[in-house]
Amino acid sequence: MEASKVIHAFYTDDEVLLDAVKAVKAKHHHIEEVFCPFPVHGLDKAMGLAPTRLAITSFMYGITGLSIAIWMTNYIMIQDWPQDIGGKPSFSWFENMPAFVPIMFELTVFFAAHLMVITFYMRSRIWPFKEAENPDPRTTDDHFLMEIPVHNNEEELTELLTNTGAVEINIVDKH
Amino acid sequence: MYQFSGKLKIFSLALILVGALGIAFSFFTAPKTVEDAKEIIANQSHGDAHGTSHDKVVEGTHSNEGHSTTQKHDTSGSHVGEGNIDKEMSAHGAHGDDSHAEHVLHQLQNRPWSAFYVALFFFLGISLLVLAFYAAQRVAQSGWSIVLFRVMEAITANIVPVSILMLVFIGLTVGHFNHMFSWMTPGTFDPSSDNYDAIVDGKSWWMNVPGWAIRSVVYLLLWNAYRWFIRKNSIAEDTANDGFKTYKKNYNASVIFLFVFMITESMMSWDWIMGLDPHWFSTLFGWYVLATLLVSALTVIAFVTIYLRSKGALPSVNDSHIHDLAKFMFGFSVFWTYLWFAQFMLIWYADIPEETTYFVARFSEYKLPFLAMVVMNFAFPVLLLLNSDFKSIPWFVVIGGVVILAGHYVDVFIMIMPATVGSQWYFGIAEISALLFFLGIFIYTTFSAFAKANAVPKGNPFLDESEHFHYYNIEHRGEGSADHH
Repeated sequence: MEASKVIHAFYTDDEVLLDAVKAVKAKHHHIEEVFCPFPVHGLDKAMGLAPTRLAITSFMYGITGLSIAIWMTNYIMIQDWPQDIGGKPSFSWFENMPAFVPIMFELTVFFAAHLMVITFYMRSRIWPFKEAENPDPRTTDDHFLMEIPVHNNEEELTELLTNTGAVEINIVDKH
Repeated sequence: MYQFSGKLKIFSLALILVGALGIAFSFFTAPKTVEDAKEIIANQSHGDAHGTSHDKVVEGTHSNEGHSTTQKHDTSGSHVGEGNIDKEMSAHGAHGDDSHAEHVLHQLQNRPWSAFYVALFFFLGISLLVLAFYAAQRVAQSGWSIVLFRVMEAITANIVPVSILMLVFIGLTVGHFNHMFSWMTPGTFDPSSDNYDAIVDGKSWWMNVPGWAIRSVVYLLLWNAYRWFIRKNSIAEDTANDGFKTYKKNYNASVIFLFVFMITESMMSWDWIMGLDPHWFSTLFGWYVLATLLVSALTVIAFVTIYLRSKGALPSVNDSHIHDLAKFMFGFSVFWTYLWFAQFMLIWYADIPEETTYFVARFSEYKLPFLAMVVMNFAFPVLLLLNSDFKSIPWFVVIGGVVILAGHYVDVFIMIMPATVGSQWYFGIAEISALLFFLGIFIYTTFSAFAKANAVPKGNPFLDESEHFHYYNIEHRGEGSADHH
């Protein structure tokens, strides 16, 4: 069952935050989310997040782009209308292949880059006019926020978080 | 401190000995007279001397270039190397078999020389580019590679013996002991001579024997001077304790060397490689040679590092250092391919005859190595080393590296052989022994030099950073996630 209450612990330093995350994980509490104004190196490892598979999707998108480039150059230049343009050999795709390499390269990069970015947007749920989800505006400036769901253990969590150096601890209703 | 083991020493000396015997054998068995050459030609046309694949190559040449059947073994590649194309063609038409046999004789006599030269240039180039990469690391004040400095310095020790052999080679070439550089043929610049070549004569302000020899010696001296200076002062840095004065001196010397290197490297590639095809020219060539040697140099650094680490001689080197070397191997493999393709495609696209002959000779007579090279130097390393995890696994890097090194040897082979031996190429005793000979010298000089200095360059201000170098994305073996900072 989804917890109706969450605890918000604020930190003002990324090193303190990193140690706090490790302490909370050591006590086997689930960390719902951490909000940071900038990337904190090692935070994903400390939280135990699974590595991203974005690079793998990008590789497959690149192969898709390469295949499309090969198909297009072959269909247009060789199959559909094999004209003699400046003496270039249009008898088969391989004979004229060097001339197609620049477009093959560019389409590979184009597909790999753009589709990966779109994948990132979709997986991260980012789009124009999306309502911002930050629970406290200070997390975009100089504060770090750790969100932990509460299961009737408010006191224990509050004490633990105070010991980790939190500057402010709030218990809020999650809607 | 590292101890150069007796086993490795004997192994390297054995390689040198076996290689030297093979080289001597290949020189001894090279044909001496036109009659020998004729006999070899006769054997070739029956297909039992060189095997079927070679025959196929020869046949391919004929059909591609539309030579008449009477000029059986003619190839445009060798024409380019031998002198004026038109004159050569008509000479063949007039004299028929005799001039053809003489032509083949020159190619066959060039073979042991070329086999030696390919390996010589390959190993000289690798050591030189390790030196240049090392200088670049100093100038860039890189924080990751300090723990590898002594490995790179040890590899550059190989420059000294290979430079001496290069000097011997230059002396013998100038003394007309071989016919590798066709523009050195007597009479090339003499309008009254049969050998007169107006095109090459027009370049004689650059391509003349004294100029070539002096330039060659100057390149070698400049490279060796920097190598001698930086090795001495890098060791002095360890105990200097003079407020980084020695460090700054080494920095300044490296800046100057990189400037000198970029100029001498370009000129070296014109003199030693492009000069083999005196009718052909390319503006990209210096960079292309640089790229092929740089990839090989990085691979060799990775190999020696992985070996020494497995022997426990490099305690501060971790998986992230291997990962970075593999990234460089990957990146410069792509860079090589870019330059190779840029050179090939521009010439293929415009198809101007005086430029295209270069690739026609290579594509018709060297088709298999020419195409295999692209697979070995591009497709294979790109697919193997693309994955970040694979780049930190030594045996993956070794597999990728072996293919890269073989591929770039083939590249140097294809730069040199078509101009000197043309269709008479073969990968046999001559080529393998030259490789073994230089590999033996490489192992001996590298590991004895590594044993002579502290494996950790203690005086370098970036040493601590290098020892703690950690690429965030990879998990080091023998470490938990708690060790990450």
